[in-house]
Amino acid sequence: MTISGTSSTHNPRDGNNEHIMADDQLVIAGKTFKSRLWVGTGKYKDFAETKTAIDAAGADVVTVAVRRVNITNRDSENLLDYLNPKDYTILPNTAGCYTVEDALRYARLARAAGISDLVKLEVIGDERTLFPDTAGLIEAAKILVKEGFIVLPYTNDDPIVAQKLVDVGCPAVMPLAAPIGSGLGIRNPYNLKIILETINVPIIVDAGVGTASDAALAMEYGADAVLMNTAIAGAKDPIMMAEAMRYGIDAGRLAYRAGRIPRKLYATASSPIVGML
Amino acid sequence: MNIQVNGEAKTFQDGITVTDLLQTLDIRTEQVAVELNLIILDRGDFPQSVLQNGDTVEILSFIGGGATIHLHDNKRHLINTQSARRE
Repeated sequence: MTISGTSSTHNPRDGNNEHIMADDQLVIAGKTFKSRLWVGTGKYKDFAETKTAIDAAGADVVTVAVRRVNITNRDSENLLDYLNPKDYTILPNTAGCYTVEDALRYARLARAAGISDLVKLEVIGDERTLFPDTAGLIEAAKILVKEGFIVLPYTNDDPIVAQKLVDVGCPAVMPLAAPIGSGLGIRNPYNLKIILETINVPIIVDAGVGTASDAALAMEYGADAVLMNTAIAGAKDPIMMAEAMRYGIDAGRLAYRAGRIPRKLYATASSPIVGML
Repeated sequence: MNIQVNGEAKTFQDGITVTDLLQTLDIRTEQVAVELNLIILDRGDFPQSVLQNGDTVEILSFIGGGATIHLHDNKRHLINTQSARRE
C-alpha cells in the first residue's frame, strides 16, 4: 500500500494561517501577495482601529481613496502613518468617479502621490446601486494600461465585460458579489462561476460580502481573493469580524484546493457493511 | 498674490514655489499629489514650480476608503476645476 499517491504536499497544521497558506501565494502582474483577503480602509472609527482590523484580517493589500488634503485643520494624522507602504500593498482606488475623465484624473493623481502603478479602477454608473459603468470602465482601463498602470477593475458580475477588461490588459478582474456595502453576499453565483471558469487572470471578488460564510463561498468557488470593507468596518466588533473573515477566506481556499465531494441525492454509507453481525 | 488652494481662496507672498506652499501649509511632500491649473506635477518639480497670482492648486493625499463613500462630497469637490478645464 502506498501512502503517497495523489496526497497533498500540504502539511498538518498548527493553527498558524500564514504557514497554511505559505505554499499558495497569489501573484498578479509579477507581484506576490501573502493574503487572499484584501480590505478597504474606510468607515473605521479611527486609524488605530483601521490598523488593528487590517492586522486581525491578516491583509497585506489595503485600498485607499485619493482626496484633498485638509488645509485648514493640519493636526489630523495621515492614514499612511499607520500603514507603512513597506508593510502593505497600498491600492489606491478611483472611488466616487462617475466619468472616465474623473477616473483617469484620480488614477494619475494616485500615481503622482507616489505609491506605485497599481490602481483599483472604479467608474460608477449609478448613485443608488453604485454599479459600475462597464462601458466607461473598459475605456478608462484601456487608457490607463497604455500609460503603464496596473489596472485592477471593479466590475459587474458579467463574464463578457470581464473578458473585455482582460483583453485591454487588466492583469486581474474584480467582479462584485452584490452592491457595495449591501452585505447581500454572492447574488449571482452562476455568473461568478462562469467568470471563474472562463477568465484566465486572477479574480478578486469585490464588494457585497456580508459575513464570513460569504467570503468562504467565494473562495470555495475558486475566487483568488476577496476584497471587502463595510462587512468588517460596519460589524458590531470590527476586529473580531476581521478575524472571522480571515478564517472564512482560508477555509474557503483550502476547501477549493482540497476539492469538494459531488452533491448526490441519496445517501452513501461511510461505515463498511463487511463485518456486521 | 491670490491662489485657490483645494477650493479655498488664499493669499501668499509673491514668487513662492509649490514646495514653499506645502511648507507654509504644514503638509509633508511625501505621498501627496499636486495639481497646478489641472496639470499634475512631478514631485521633483515642486521646488521649481513658481506659483502665480490666480493659480489653482489641488493638493491630494490618501485617506481611508474601500469603495465609493461620501459620493456627493467627492463629486462636488472637483466640479469647479472641471468647468475651468472646459473654458
